[in-house]
Amino acid sequence: MTLATSPAAVEKFSSAYANADQAKSPAWLSDTRKKAWSIFSELGIPVKRRGNELWKYTNLAPVAESNFEYDVSGSVSIDQVRSTSPWDYTWNIAVVVDGRFNADLSNLTEDVGVSVGSLSDAFSSGSGDIESQFASLAGREEYAFTALNTAFASDGAYVAVAPGVNLVNPVQVIFVTSDSVQSRASYPRLLVDVGSDSSITLIETYVNLSPSRQLSVPVTEIFAARDAAVRHYRIQMENENSFHLATTRVAQMEDSEFTSTSFAVGSSIARNDIHTSLDAPGAVCTLHGLYMTSGQQQQDQEISTTHAKPSCTSDQFYKGILSGNSRAAFSGKVVVKRDAQKSDATQKDLNLLLSRGARIDAKPSLEIYADDVVAAHGATAGHVDSDTLFYLQSRGVDEEAAKAILIRGFAEEMIDEFEPESLNTFVERVASERIPVLLAESDTIGTT
Amino acid sequence: MLEIQNLHASVLDIENSEILKGVDLKVNKGEVHAIMGPNGSGKSTLANVLMGRPDYEITDGDILVDGESIAELRPDQRAHLGLFLAFQYPAEIPGVRPWQFLKAAHDAKAEARGEEKMSVRNFTKLFDEKVEAVGINPDLVKRSLNEGFSGGEKKRNEMLQLEVLQPSMAILDETDSGLDVDALRIVAEGVNSMRSPERSFIVVTHYQRLLNYITPDIVHILVDGKIVQTGGPELALVVEKDGYREYLPAAGATG
Ligand SMILES: Nc1ncnc2c1ncn2[C@@H]1O[C@H](COP(=O)(O)OP(=O)(O)OP(=O)(O)O)[C@@H](O)[C@H]1O
Ligand SMILES: [Mg+2]
Repeated sequence: MTLATSPAAVEKFSSAYANADQAKSPAWLSDTRKKAWSIFSELGIPVKRRGNELWKYTNLAPVAESNFEYDVSGSVSIDQVRSTSPWDYTWNIAVVVDGRFNADLSNLTEDVGVSVGSLSDAFSSGSGDIESQFASLAGREEYAFTALNTAFASDGAYVAVAPGVNLVNPVQVIFVTSDSVQSRASYPRLLVDVGSDSSITLIETYVNLSPSRQLSVPVTEIFAARDAAVRHYRIQMENENSFHLATTRVAQMEDSEFTSTSFAVGSSIARNDIHTSLDAPGAVCTLHGLYMTSGQQQQDQEISTTHAKPSCTSDQFYKGILSGNSRAAFSGKVVVKRDAQKSDATQKDLNLLLSRGARIDAKPSLEIYADDVVAAHGATAGHVDSDTLFYLQSRGVDEEAAKAILIRGFAEEMIDEFEPESLNTFVERVASERIPVLLAESDTIGTT
Repeated sequence: MLEIQNLHASVLDIENSEILKGVDLKVNKGEVHAIMGPNGSGKSTLANVLMGRPDYEITDGDILVDGESIAELRPDQRAHLGLFLAFQYPAEIPGVRPWQFLKAAHDAKAEARGEEKMSVRNFTKLFDEKVEAVGINPDLVKRSLNEGFSGGEKKRNEMLQLEVLQPSMAILDETDSGLDVDALRIVAEGVNSMRSPERSFIVVTHYQRLLNYITPDIVHILVDGKIVQTGGPELALVVEKDGYREYLPAAGATG
C-alpha cells in the first residue's frame, strides 16, 4: 500500500474514544476495546478505490467527511418507540437508545428460560460465556466498522436462551436513535447466545427519531448451539439522511438452523453485512431480504456464508425495488471449504428497477473447494413488465394502481416471511407506504 | 353496441407492420359473434386493439362504443365502459392474489361509474360463488395470479374474472383452447348464463366444438387482417369441414 496520508477520518473519532468512559469495564473488555481501536485507527473509514472490492460500489466519502458527536444520549418516550417500531405486548422487548439499554422503555416479560437485558450488566456480571463470545465473531478481524463498534462497546443488549427452551413469544431488540439536531455516532451492539436444542424468534429493529444526519454502526453476534433454531428478522428504518453500517456475524453448530429475513428501507448509505459460518455438519442457514430504495439512497447487501463442514445447506435470496437515482449493491458470497462435502448452496438476487437513474451492482460469487457440492446462483435486474401491466389495466385498474399492485406482488414473497402477526402488519404497512414514494420517482415502466 | 369501422392497426414503431387491414364489424347488444380464422390472421391483435393494448397503433378507422370513439381511451377506461378481454395467453403475475386484484378491479370500475363499492363481505361471497362455478380449486386462487397455473386453469381463471366483473362487451380469445371437456362446458355455461339483451360477446375460436354449446348469432372469418366472410352458425361447420383454403390468397389466384 502506498498511502502516505493517515487513514481517513480516524482523528474524528479519536477524541471521543479518549473520552469514552471505560472505568466500569472488566479488564478483558478494556483490552478487547483497545485492540479494536488500534485496528480501526490503522484502517480508518474505508475509501472507494480500485482494488478495494468491499467498497467498490459504495462511496463512503460522505461518512468520512461528516463530523459526529459521541456520548450525547437523548431522551425518548414510549409513545415514540411504539409509533415507529413493531410492537406487541406479548413480545419480550429490549429498547436501546443511542447505544444504551433503557429499562423503562423496554417491555421485559417473565418468559422462562430466556434473559433479555442490558449488555453492560452482562459485562459486569460476566453472564454466560460472554467473555469468550464477545467480539469473537466481530471486532478482532481487519474490518473498520466492527472494530469501531467494538472500540466503543460499553452497552447494548444481551439475549441468552438456556438449553432446551422453545420460546413461543418473539424477542425484539429495538435500537432507537433519539431526536437530535446534532449529528451523532452510535454503536448499537447485540449479543445473542442460543443454547443447544432451543428455539427463538428474534427481531432486530433500527429506527431513527431524528431528522438529521446520524451515524449508526451496529454489530450483532449470534451463537446458535447444537440443534438450536433461530428465526431472525431485521428491520432497518433509519432516516434518509443517515448512515447505517451494520454487521451481523453468526456462528452455527451442528444441526442448528439460522433463518433470517431483512427489510431495509432507510438510510442515505446503508450496508447490511452478514456472515454466517456453518461450523459443524448439518447446519442450515437461510438469508433472505427485501430492500426498497429511492432518491439518492445507497443500500448494500454484503452477504456471505462459509461452509466449513460437510452436509450444510445455505440459501441466500434477496429482492430489491429501486427508484429515483438510488443504488443498491448485492454482493453474495459462498465459500465451500475443502472438507465441506455434500454442501448445498443457492444464491439469488432479483431486482426491479423503476427508473433509469436507479442502479444495481450485483456481484454473486461462489468459491468452491470441495467436489461433491450442489450450488446455484443468479442475479437479475428487470423493469415492470408491460404485458402484466396491460393485463391489470384491462381489468379496470389505472396504470398507477396497476404498477403499485405489481410492485407489491414482487415484494409479496418476502413480506410473507415476516410471520409474527404484529410484525407482518408493520412490514406490510411500511412497504405499502413506500411504494407510492418509489412510484413518484419512477420513469421507466409502462410500454412506451 | 360495438362498431369497428375500417380498422387498420400496426405494431407500434415498426414500419410496414400492418396486421389489421380494414376490419368492419358491428356487434349489437345481446348478440354473440364468433370470429374464426387461420393462425396469424390477426384475431388476437383485433381483440387486443379493442382493449387498448399499447403495443399497437391504430393507423386508420375507428372503434365506437354506443356511438362514441374509444380509440383514444386507456385500457382501464375501456374496462369501465364494460369491455373485457379473456386473454389467449393470460399473464402470470407473481405475488398478486386473485381476490385482492379482482376486488381492486371491481372497486375501480364502480368508482369510475359513480357506483357504490361492494363490501368486502359481499364481494367475498360473489368471489367464492364464482370460484365454485368455474370449477377452480379454491387453493389455487390463494396463490399468485396465474403463476404456475396449468393452461386450462388459466382459462378457468379468465372465466372467473369475466363472471365476477360482469362486463357488457366480452371478448373471449380462444378461451376454449387447451380445455378438457368439462372445462369447455364450464366456459359455455358461463357465457350462456351471462347472455342477456344488454350484453354481447365476441368469441374467437378455432373449433366448431365450442359453438355447439354457444350458438353464435353471427360467424366471421378473418383472414390476413380482414373479415372475408360473414354468415350464420352454419359457416363454422363449413370451415370445420373445408378449412380456410378458399379464403387464402393462393386459392384466390388459382380459382
Ligand atoms: N406485438 C407484435 N409484434 C410483432 N408482430 C406481431 C405482434 N402482434 C402480432 N404480431 C403478428 O401479427 C400476426 C397476427 O397475430 P395474431 O396473434 O393476431 O394472430 P391470431 O389470428 O390470433 O393467431 P392464432 O390463431 O395463432 O392465435 C402474426 O403474424 C403475429 O406474429
Ligand atoms: Mg390468437
